[in-house]
Amino acid sequence: MEKKPASYMNPYVAGIGLGLVLLGAFVVSGRGLGASGAIMRTVVKAEKIVSQEHVDANAYLSTYGGGERDPWDEWLVLETLGVLVGGLLSGAGARRIRWETHHGPRISRGKRLVFAAVGGGLFGYGARLARGCTSGIALTGGATLAVGSWITMLCIFAGAYGLAWFLRRLWI
Amino acid sequence: MFPLVDHLGFGTPTDYVIAFALGIGFGFFLERAGFGDANKLAMQFYFRDMAVLKVMFTAIVTAMTGLVALSSFGVLEMSSVYINPTYLWPGIVGGLIMGAGFIVGGYCPGTALVGVATGKVDAILSVAGGMLGMFLFAESFQIPAIARFYAMDTEGITGRITLPEWLGVRPGIVAFAVLVIAVAGFVAAEWAEKRFKPLEA
Repeated sequence: MEKKPASYMNPYVAGIGLGLVLLGAFVVSGRGLGASGAIMRTVVKAEKIVSQEHVDANAYLSTYGGGERDPWDEWLVLETLGVLVGGLLSGAGARRIRWETHHGPRISRGKRLVFAAVGGGLFGYGARLARGCTSGIALTGGATLAVGSWITMLCIFAGAYGLAWFLRRLWI
Repeated sequence: MFPLVDHLGFGTPTDYVIAFALGIGFGFFLERAGFGDANKLAMQFYFRDMAVLKVMFTAIVTAMTGLVALSSFGVLEMSSVYINPTYLWPGIVGGLIMGAGFIVGGYCPGTALVGVATGKVDAILSVAGGMLGMFLFAESFQIPAIARFYAMDTEGITGRITLPEWLGVRPGIVAFAVLVIAVAGFVAAEWAEKRFKPLEA
């Protein structure tokens, strides 16, 4: 019989672990953690392959990949590669690696996948506008007490809580 | 003395190896906390599972306390530490859009990557959608009004500015206030989980 997945770590213990990794990033590398930046850089990497001219002509894209610049030649990209490996190691150790889709009791798997993509798209757009996501802004900027990061963090929660009631069929 | 990168040099192979190692730690704790599961993440917004708040604020308080202590002992040079620049209105609007994306899709980018690493198909769609959203942002940057809004700063609350600087108090005082708010939040979270626990569970 296949063994069941391990239960999740106590959230406060996981939080201390995460906090120490974040502190380690500040102390060693002088910067915090991130995620969406590396995804953006991957988009630019792909766009460079399709059309270098398009990247050069766009003021936003060219900051990442203009001319000879390699969007992947950055700390955050290596850190994010580590996130994938760390997630894989943890998931393997807890027997949680399997092809599956988690969804609420009142939504089909297919619809869940559509909403996952749409939600991811909104998050991606918002993260570029706000210059970072939950990792790079809320967590990292939260710990350094950056004013804008706290405001953005509160807005993320406000946006999600504000729509939660209307979208409850997706989840509960 | 710290950050070490001042001695190692930015963008060196050592710097990148460290980045990779730190990322492993980040991904490990995200996955261990259960954040590879969108259903668990979304329950935060129905007060049924407050792990997002608990993990996030424990992590913030841990790192913040370390930063305040190390800099007050003179071990860590805060001027060499990256502080997210403040752009008030893009930060507000971007945050609200991200919040909408969170409740629609169930993931934020970091947790989606951990979901991808453990084979969650919805997480793969979330990252793919995120790439499209970011692509569209860059395209919309060609619209002058959007590029202007992105660069818009607000007098008095802009650039590299921290809460202690803005409020004109010592970092330790703000850190203590954050700690108190976090603990109050944890107490409220424990209460909410009991109050809103689904009947069938």
